[in-house]
Formats: sequence, structure tokens, C-alpha cells
Amino acid sequence: MSALSTNAGGPKGLPALISGQILKLVGLAILDAFGLLLFYAFWYSGNAALALIIAVITIGMNVVIFVPRLYPLRWMSPGLALMILLVIYPLLFTISTAFTNYSDGHLFSKEQAIALHSKATFTPEDAPTYRFTPYVNKADPTDYALWLTREGDAGTEVIFAKEGEPLVILEGVDPEPPEEYEGYRPLERRELVAALSVLEKAQFGEEPNTVTVVSAARGVAARSLQRYVWNAELNGLEDRQTGLFYAADDETGSFIANKGRAEQQELQPGYWVGVAFDNFRRFVESPALRGPLVQVFVWTVAFAFFSVMTTFVAGLIMALVLNSPDIPGRKVIRSLLIIPYAIPGVISILVWKGMMNPNLGVLARSFGINPPWFSDPLWAKIGILLINLWLGYPYMMLICSGALQAIPTDIYEASSVDGANPWQRFWSITLPLLLVTVGPLLIASFTFNFNNFVVVEAFNKGGPPIPGTLTPAGYTDILISYTYRLAFGSGRGADYGLASAITIIIFAIVAGVTLLQFRFTGQWEEVSENV
Amino acid sequence: MSSHTESRMVVGSWEKRLELTLRWVVIVIAVAFALFPVVWIFSAAFNPTGNLANQTLIPQGVDSLDELLTNFRGLLVEDVEIHPFWNWLGNSIFVASITSILTVIVAALSAYAFSRFRFAGRRNLLVLVLLIQVFPNMLAMVALFLILQQIGKLPEYIPQALPFLEGINWSFFSLFGLNSLGGLILVYMGGAMGINTWLMKGFFDSVPRDIDESAQVDGASHWQTFWMLIFPLVRPILAVVAILSFIGTINEFVLARVMLRDKTTWTLMVGLYNYVSDNFARDWGKFAAGALISATPIVILYIALQDQIVGGLTQGAVKG
Repeated sequence: MSALSTNAGGPKGLPALISGQILKLVGLAILDAFGLLLFYAFWYSGNAALALIIAVITIGMNVVIFVPRLYPLRWMSPGLALMILLVIYPLLFTISTAFTNYSDGHLFSKEQAIALHSKATFTPEDAPTYRFTPYVNKADPTDYALWLTREGDAGTEVIFAKEGEPLVILEGVDPEPPEEYEGYRPLERRELVAALSVLEKAQFGEEPNTVTVVSAARGVAARSLQRYVWNAELNGLEDRQTGLFYAADDETGSFIANKGRAEQQELQPGYWVGVAFDNFRRFVESPALRGPLVQVFVWTVAFAFFSVMTTFVAGLIMALVLNSPDIPGRKVIRSLLIIPYAIPGVISILVWKGMMNPNLGVLARSFGINPPWFSDPLWAKIGILLINLWLGYPYMMLICSGALQAIPTDIYEASSVDGANPWQRFWSITLPLLLVTVGPLLIASFTFNFNNFVVVEAFNKGGPPIPGTLTPAGYTDILISYTYRLAFGSGRGADYGLASAITIIIFAIVAGVTLLQFRFTGQWEEVSENV
Repeated sequence: MSSHTESRMVVGSWEKRLELTLRWVVIVIAVAFALFPVVWIFSAAFNPTGNLANQTLIPQGVDSLDELLTNFRGLLVEDVEIHPFWNWLGNSIFVASITSILTVIVAALSAYAFSRFRFAGRRNLLVLVLLIQVFPNMLAMVALFLILQQIGKLPEYIPQALPFLEGINWSFFSLFGLNSLGGLILVYMGGAMGINTWLMKGFFDSVPRDIDESAQVDGASHWQTFWMLIFPLVRPILAVVAILSFIGTINEFVLARVMLRDKTTWTLMVGLYNYVSDNFARDWGKFAAGALISATPIVILYIALQDQIVGGLTQGAVKG
């Protein structure tokens, strides 16, 4: 209510004030209703973390609206909400995942995994059998149901079973199938043939109480039973079909029967558990993992360094060459030279990939340049640096020309009075002064190339592959593309836990470089100065 | 200028001439290097044979204009059943427009607050925004993927959790789920917030505070100051940020590939990438035609606005 006082603008009439207030409250009420809805839906479906983030955002919005002191935050609330949901939460998620074994086969929480296994059914040999009459939904010809009857001691048991819905036990009705039941009608004989295969595969009823068709020809269906039953006391799943007991191993997040014996069996999927620093320890200790990781890390640094150096040198040379009044049409030349930068990166890389194609590409056919770009580790690295040079030098050229024009000319005049030659002028005046302005951008470019996933992925997917590695890795893989392959797998299964651990290391490196950059270039001071 | 050049040429020693010749040699080499792939895109796009192995610089055996456009016809008309190029183009334009407009609005509001208000924790918040921007959102792909997946499942979850709400059609939530353009827009907006807020705060700082102070003395509210005074002043720069964001979104490939699973929801970059990786040698010509269609407007935009774009770039944004 008092929030309005900070909003005191021009003289407003009381009605305007009240209607504004009502509008605000209605808006907030709608927002809160949605927040509550999402919170409960996520909470209920087992996404506690996501539910909590929704709660944080919703409560935050309310606080910001009702506490006058936080008026400035009101302006930022849409931006902050987006950042909390889509940047901070993923960051926290990644950090927490790094300490789990979250991976293919361990994607669920223990409760979710148990619930999933509890849905499995089987039809025991001695299961109760029913005679059935197939029904079909009048409105939807693909929706079948069964009218089931079974002679028992206490009269005839009648059940109506729809797919995915609980079995309806009908008491005191005529066991003879009716002409119509709740919008369903019996299948006609000519329809039956087409429906047989569907009926035999379908499960009627809701897990774990289901009925399956045993013999469509004889009109026999049987009650299925829940196959795996959770035993909380023994901490494991009983398999009622085979009699095995799958003990839950909370160290590895798996359900294992006959552990340690030859006939050991694992029930998939398992569940995720915390593994503390195991993911970090793994690539320090495991030689098969460490090997490619060291290689990938060294190449990442080299790739970023050489990319910055080659593009900077080329860009600087072009800026210097064009920085002369003797060149007519400089604007046109500059426009032509920035074309590589303007073309969407993915397209350029694919075009280069086509031109470099061994035997078929134009470089090989028309110019006879046919080194093993895609099969030899060294040539692949040269190829990728060449493409990155083409992609990146216009940026360097643009920022260098800007910086060159900012260098005061009187310094050059003074130096020529002192008899300096052009070479000396470049090394002792131009370059140092240029680096002051361009330096921070070079560091930014380094961190950008450190994570330059697109060029690696689109050129050759990190290939050629390093032989004999435990995880998929190639000679031109940089950390981020290596991580991508770990997380999204390439045939060997996804390991999100390990991928997240490497992600954190990448983040630490990049954040460290950025912080250093701020310290040395004074951007940090600029931040505090404004406060 | 010309008289100056002339006098130099007359007086100029052989050293001057050598220098100028060297400059031109470097320029010619650089332009050749820069345009080499571009020339080949053009030639491949108009080459009627359309495959990689038969490509020549000047298309051979072309009798009519019609034949010259073989690849374009293939891409835009004949293949659309298998490769819905028009969908990709529409999706890209849709995602990029909405993302850039919303990003500019939301970021401008935050930047205004950072630039004009002084409040406790402002510096920490600024540093936080800056540091978070260093965390590239593609590193958090797994988490983003799962968020969108969960949002997409809301129409399923809500009736389960709250049966009395079953009557309402909640399927609109799947417009922001996995494999939806709305979800992709959300992801892009979240990722771009940090850098754009930071960039715009710089622009807002350059507008003198006297302007809003005098307006506020006259009784204008903050909203009025922002909307009627500051906004018109920074509008040209906001337009540049919107265009940069538009181009950046069109070019984005990694997140789009992870989030969009369905051929008809792909963006241009994902579509073209998959097009050519399906059969590199055979579809080369059609890929080149698609590349030409998608890249030309962006290149023209870049060249036309190069001075403004350079201004934006040197503020710290690197091509992404």
C-alpha cells in the first residue's frame, strides 16, 4: 500500500490513484496465482528444485512490489526473473549435478525410479482369466475397451476396462455385454480382425492393476500383476516373476540382484545419488580419462591463443595498411573485408568444409591443395585455425582501425623530430598505445575462443578421434566440445555428472581470466566509481 | 585531399612508391582471401549440376536463366516436403524478432534502474550481472534442456496435481516447452540479459542526469522520465542493440539444435546444417542457394550499419 508513496509523480486524482492501485493488485494476484500453480505442479511431479526457483521468483516479485525501499528493483524484476530462472538456476543445477552420478541409466531420483519400476506388470501362469468382449469408443475409433466376465463362487464378476484408466468393477449388472456402455459400443465382427493386433499389445486398466489379452482368438484375457514391489525394510525391489531380490545400492544408485556373484543382475534404470568429488577425482586418477583431458586442455589454450594472435596480427596489418590517405576507396575495401564477419558463422564454416573436402572440394580440384584436413591431427588443427582466422580477422581489423584513429598525431610528429624510423615508431608508439585500448578486447576474444564450440563442431566434430580413449574425444576437441560429447553422448551414453564437473572447471578458468582482465584494465574501478 | 596526394606523388621518393605498392599488394591478397569462399558460394548456388564434385567457378553448360536457378527451385519448391526451408526461414525471423524486441525492452528497464537509481547492493548486483554473463548459457545446456522439458510437461502435471483444474486447457504451456520456438526465445532472452543490460547502462550513463532531474522537479514520475525523455534520446542506440541481437539470434546454432527436435521447428542455421550434413556432396548446390538467401540480408545490414555496429562491438560484445 505504501508502495505508492515512492511513485509520487504529478498530481493525480484520487480515482486514478485507486484504479492504478487496483490494477496493480489484480496483476499481482494473477501473477501469484500462476506462481502458485507452477510451484505446486512442479512440486507434485517431483521437481522440487524447479518448484523452489518458481517460489523464489514469485515471492521476490511480491516483496519488490510491496517494499518501497526496493523500488529500483521493480524496474529490473522482469530481467532478474529471467536471469534467475534461465541463468542462475542452470548454474546451480550444473554445480549440484557435478557432485552426482547423473547419467544415462541414472536419470531419476530414487522415488521416481521405484515408481517407474512399480508400473511394470506380468501375467502369472495361474492368473485369473476372463472372457472378454472388445468395445470401441464411438467418438474415437482407436480407443478400445474390454467388457470382462468371470464365473466365480460368488456369482459372475464383471469388469469394464479402458486403456490407462482404473478398472471399473461393476456390481449387480447383467453379465451379458450391453449394446452401449459409456459411449463405447461392441466391435463388429468385420472390425475385429483389424483390431486384433492392437488389442493383443494393449494394456487395459491402470498400472499395476491391468488386464492383458492372452488369446484374442479364444476371447480370453488375464489379470496382470505388479512385477516389482518395493520393500522399504530390506531397501530393495522384489521381482515377483522371477523371485529375484534387487537390492538398492545407495552408493552407486543401482538395483542389483545376486551382488558379487557370477549371476549378478542389474535392473535398469537406476537412480542418481550424490558421489561427492568422484567426478573431479575421476579425471585426475583415471589414466584413460586424464589422457584425453590433458590433451584437450592443452589444445583449448593453444587454439584460443593462436586464434587471437593470428586474427589480431592479420587485423592489425589490414588496419595499418588501410590507415593511409593514399588509398582511394578505403570505405569500399573495408566493406568487402568485413563480409566474412557478417556471414552467419555456421554457414561460413560449412562452406569452408565443402571447399576443403578431400578430392571433391575446390581447393583440391582447382588448386591442388589437398592436405589431409580431416584425417591428420596436425592438418585438422591448421585447418580449423585457418577458418577461424578468416572468421575473426575483420573484427580485429575494425577495432584496430578505431584504436589507431584515437592515437594522437602529435606523438608521431615529436618522434619524427627525434629521428625515429617507421619501424621504431610502430614498436614504441603505435603498438603499446594500441594495446591499451585493444588489450581488454583481446582477452575477451581469448575467452570467447576458449568456448568457441561452433567452429569445432561444424568443421569436423572435434575429429579425427583420439584412439583408445574411455570417453569420446578428438584431436581438435576443445573443452566445451568435449563436454558436449560427454553430456549428449555419441553412442557411449551420456554422463551429465562428469560433463557438469568439467563445465565448472571451464567456468572457473573463464571467470578467473575475466576477473584478472578487470583488475588489470581498470574496468572494475569503473564499476565502483559509479556507485 | 587529391591535391595532397598528387603533390606527394610528384615529390614522393621511390620509398613512397614502394610503400604504396606494398599496401596494394596486401589489400589485393586480403580481399582475395576474404572473398574466395563467397565467390564459391555464388558459383555453387547457380551451378545447375548442384554437387560438390562438379563445381566449377563459372557454371558450365548453362543455356537458360531457368537452368541457372535449378538449385533455388530445388530448395524453395521441390524439396520443401523433405526440407521445409520456408518453415526454417519463418521460424528464424519469428524467434529473432521477438527475442530482440523483448530483450531490448527488458534490458532497457534494468539498465535505466542501474543508471539512474542509487540503492544498497547496486554495485554487487552489477558485478553479479557481469560475472554471470561470463557463464555462457550453452554450458548449462543440460539444465536448460530439462527446464524446457518440464515446462512442456505442465499440461500433463497440472491436472494430475490439481484435479479440479482439469477442465482448463493447459496446453498453451507446451508453447514454451522443449521443441518450441517460445521456449527457445525464453532461453535466448535469459542468456542475453547480462550483456545487454551492461551495454545499455553505458549508453544511459552518457545521457546527462540534469535532464531527468529537471523533469522530476517539474513533477514527472520515473516512468514518465524514462518513457518521454530518456527513451527518445537513446532510441538510435537501442535500435542498434536490437539489430545486433537480431543478427546474433539468427546466427545462433548450438542451443537451437539442442532445444528444437522437430524438422518443422528448426531455425535456418539448424536446418541448413542438417541439410548439408545429410548428404554433403549431393546437396551442395542447394545448400549454397540456402546460404546465399540467408546470408545476403545480414551482410547488407552489416555493411550498411558498420559504423554503429563497430561502436556496439567495441563496448565489449564479441560475435557469438
